[in-house]
Amino acid sequence: MPFNAKIKVTLRQSILDVQGKAVEHALKNLGYTTVDSARIGKYIEVSINEADRQEAERICNEICQKLLSNPVMENYAFELEQVN
Amino acid sequence: MADITAGIVVFPGSNCDHDTEYAVASFSGVKPVMLWHNDRDLQDADVIILPGGFSYGDYLRAGAIARFSPIMLEVIEFARKGYPVLGICNGFQVLLESGLLEGALSRNRDKKFICSPTAISVVNTATIFTGLYRQGEVLSVPIAHGEGNYFAPPEVIRRLEDNDQIAFRYCDPDGNVTPESNPNGSVGNIAGIVNREGNVLGLMPHPERASEPLLGSGDGRRLFESVFGSIVGRR
Repeated sequence: MPFNAKIKVTLRQSILDVQGKAVEHALKNLGYTTVDSARIGKYIEVSINEADRQEAERICNEICQKLLSNPVMENYAFELEQVN
Repeated sequence: MADITAGIVVFPGSNCDHDTEYAVASFSGVKPVMLWHNDRDLQDADVIILPGGFSYGDYLRAGAIARFSPIMLEVIEFARKGYPVLGICNGFQVLLESGLLEGALSRNRDKKFICSPTAISVVNTATIFTGLYRQGEVLSVPIAHGEGNYFAPPEVIRRLEDNDQIAFRYCDPDGNVTPESNPNGSVGNIAGIVNREGNVLGLMPHPERASEPLLGSGDGRRLFESVFGSIVGRR
């Protein structure tokens, strides 16, 4: 059974998120005074044709570290869903 | 200069490849060859240049996908053998993604794409790319980027400083490295770094766009001249 990986890549807290800042300002300008902050990340779906969950997880970690995120400035997290 | 081949890598989305070709071809005895991203043949190049642009549309992250193109596997090998590799702007981003240089480039502090002549100070003249400059010399070289905000963890910055790996810093016209003269928010005003071995340089400013006075500045010319000279000197 293949797996569907739902991957989120976010900027580390120490990195200035200028896109998030711009959105935050826009929301405040719209009158949403209770909005404190906004941060922008990436959402990626990858379908992995792999029967074994552990192996799918290993692949997912590997592709996140190798290509989908840059560990110098980003974090990643993912959920693996089995597709029937 | 005698019989130097300069390989210029062309990714889909490169847009400074022909400017670089033009600048390189203006040196007598230097022959530019264009290297397509999907090829694996470096065509006996003596130096490899990764030009500016938006390789693979900057999808995912600037340089992230280019780094895995077939030609880059050869370029990485070439660099590891100690041959000179120069990455300009998007080329710098590719070098960071490939691990040949340390750190990362994120979006400019002030959210804007900046295209402007910029003053940079030559911090280290003891590299093959900067040998013809004077220590502390102020150059006018344009930048043109949206993601040139250099970042590395403090321990990496310390190592870069201890090993004299910082080649250029943004500065004011008098050569003072100040927060006001930092266009994009880079840590320590860093505009360009070399690897530990000194054979790989990445920088955000475009020396090829400052390669003759008619372009507004000829200050970038000696960068190419330095590296070509070092190739001749090694023979």
